Amino acid sequence: MEQFLQQLASGLANGAIYACVALALVMIYVSTDHLNFAQGEMAMFSTYISWQLMQWGLGFWLAFILAVLISFCMGVFIERVILRPLHHAPVLSIVVVFIGLLAICNSMAGAIWSYLIKEYPSPFPKAEFGIAGVIGPHQLGVVLVTLIVLSLLFAFFRYTPLGLAMRAAAQNPQMARLVGVRVDWMLALGWGLAAAVGAVAGIMVAHIVYLDPNMMGGILLYAFASALIGGIGNPGGAVVGGFIVGVLENMVAYSGNMIEKITGIYIIGNGEKLTVALIIVIFVLTLKPAGLFGRVVVKRV
Amino acid sequence: MFPKKWVLPLIVLAFVIPLLRPWMPEVVSNYRLFLVSTMIIASIAVLGLNLLTGFNGQISLGHSAFYAVGAYTAAILMDKLDMPYYATLPISAAVCYVVGWLFGKPALKLEGHYLALATFALALSVPQILKYKWLEDLTGGVQGIVLSKPEVPFGLPLTEDQWLYYYCLVVMIVLYWAANNILNSRSGRAMMAIRDYHIAADTMGINSARYKTVTFGISAAYTGIAGALSASAIAFVAPDSFSFFLSIKFLIGLVVGGVGSLAGSVVGGIFYVLVDNSAQALSTFVKNDLGLQFDLSAYTVFGILLIALMYMMPTGIVGGVYAIVQGVRRVRRPAASSSATSPVRDVAANQQRP
Repeated sequence: MEQFLQQLASGLANGAIYACVALALVMIYVSTDHLNFAQGEMAMFSTYISWQLMQWGLGFWLAFILAVLISFCMGVFIERVILRPLHHAPVLSIVVVFIGLLAICNSMAGAIWSYLIKEYPSPFPKAEFGIAGVIGPHQLGVVLVTLIVLSLLFAFFRYTPLGLAMRAAAQNPQMARLVGVRVDWMLALGWGLAAAVGAVAGIMVAHIVYLDPNMMGGILLYAFASALIGGIGNPGGAVVGGFIVGVLENMVAYSGNMIEKITGIYIIGNGEKLTVALIIVIFVLTLKPAGLFGRVVVKRV
Repeated sequence: MFPKKWVLPLIVLAFVIPLLRPWMPEVVSNYRLFLVSTMIIASIAVLGLNLLTGFNGQISLGHSAFYAVGAYTAAILMDKLDMPYYATLPISAAVCYVVGWLFGKPALKLEGHYLALATFALALSVPQILKYKWLEDLTGGVQGIVLSKPEVPFGLPLTEDQWLYYYCLVVMIVLYWAANNILNSRSGRAMMAIRDYHIAADTMGINSARYKTVTFGISAAYTGIAGALSASAIAFVAPDSFSFFLSIKFLIGLVVGGVGSLAGSVVGGIFYVLVDNSAQALSTFVKNDLGLQFDLSAYTVFGILLIALMYMMPTGIVGGVYAIVQGVRRVRRPAASSSATSPVRDVAANQQRP
């Protein structure tokens, strides 16, 4: 039972990370209809920046805030410079550009900081809690930080004029333009926010998966699965989907281990995590493309 | 678009050059022949991707998966059943056709970004699937499978690399000839019609579901054959050589050569192998000659090129050069009517015939 609870807790912690990346994906999808294949690598790059800042002697939280700010600027820059001119380009061009970004981020991180796996510190104290051993301090911290970030974002979109303008620009760009919203800057801001949220996820997960240029590959796939489960145009759905996928992933591995222990037959384990994500992605895309909470889009021909 | 009269001389040249080895061993070295063989393999794989993405409009980021299936099928057949290397090609092709066709079924429902996402997921998970515990007896798990290189048959006076080169070259010529015939047939025009405007294609009576899945299968088979060839050329397969980055290489081959261009696939394949091989030299050039402390890797070049080409030459280098040549010609002979017909008009003209 205790093992089950442990798995559940670590599933929730992973889920928080997936929720963050999924939210970043949804933010870009909602405003531009693009799936950002480079989101994971951008987050990885931001994590390296924070690591570098810490190497230069900054404290964890200062490095965290600075890295998130730098990522925000990077996101705005990428949107303004690289994606703006391709707004009406065919899908293939956009996918190719994202893959190009992915390759650049990955290889640049490898070139600047080398491909050696690095340890990444955890900012949370190593203390035992009342619920001994069920949830580690880092996992609890990750969940807390993500929840804070998510509620800040919610408050931003719900209660500030800028948030309202951004939602308007995403929902109906032409009308928003007519009432004086600068739509293209709103898109760039959306990109910046997505990059910042991705950076938070990367920094939080780096202690668990260790820092290396390929650390986000699997996480990005899980985030896509989360966003799809939640219905890919739905921010709240993405967050819920993130937690669902995080728990599901750990439960699948856990039940696989149990089955192996009881019957001696290996069916599924930690090695098949990405395959689970593949199956989720294909099933949701083909059977229920709107996800759990998404709207069904009817396309007129 | 590629002048037909050049094809035969080029093929003859490709056959004659390796025979010059005794006279100029430096120019036609074994290493170079091996490199050209990998280029040939690469251009077959890029052709496979081009059939699907360029001519049928289905985006795939997952062709490394089909390459892996082809390579592993060939490797397992050679390793476990002691099959001769040439007999593995048709079986790999058939297996990949089936896998591609099966993947094409759910892919029918997906378009654009979503198809890219599904194939992206496939590419990411294939190395893990290859390490699956139950398949370990077959696939050798993380260790992979070590094979032996193809031997020169009939006691021909050739080196192993020369023979490998001829073997790959013949396979490539057959496959390109077949692809050319497919594309110039009724089926090929149907494929392109679906790419250009699938609703119009449907109304003309093209069974787009069937064409799309079959194209997926054929494309996977082409890439699988390339994988099988690479298994016997490198004489080794391991799960981690089929990561998502292999798909990026195919994509760069596709984009550099030109989306929807047969000749371009050759250019693209040659290009990515060249960049991949000269990455080390490029890196030292950046470090020593430009004085930058920076390890330039092939993927940085690939990434920058992918983005830059989308801006400057969305039709690839072959397409871009062709457009420039056409432009020059039109300036020279303003009276002549433009000879560049778009595929849409071409297909429409063909379909209107009773």
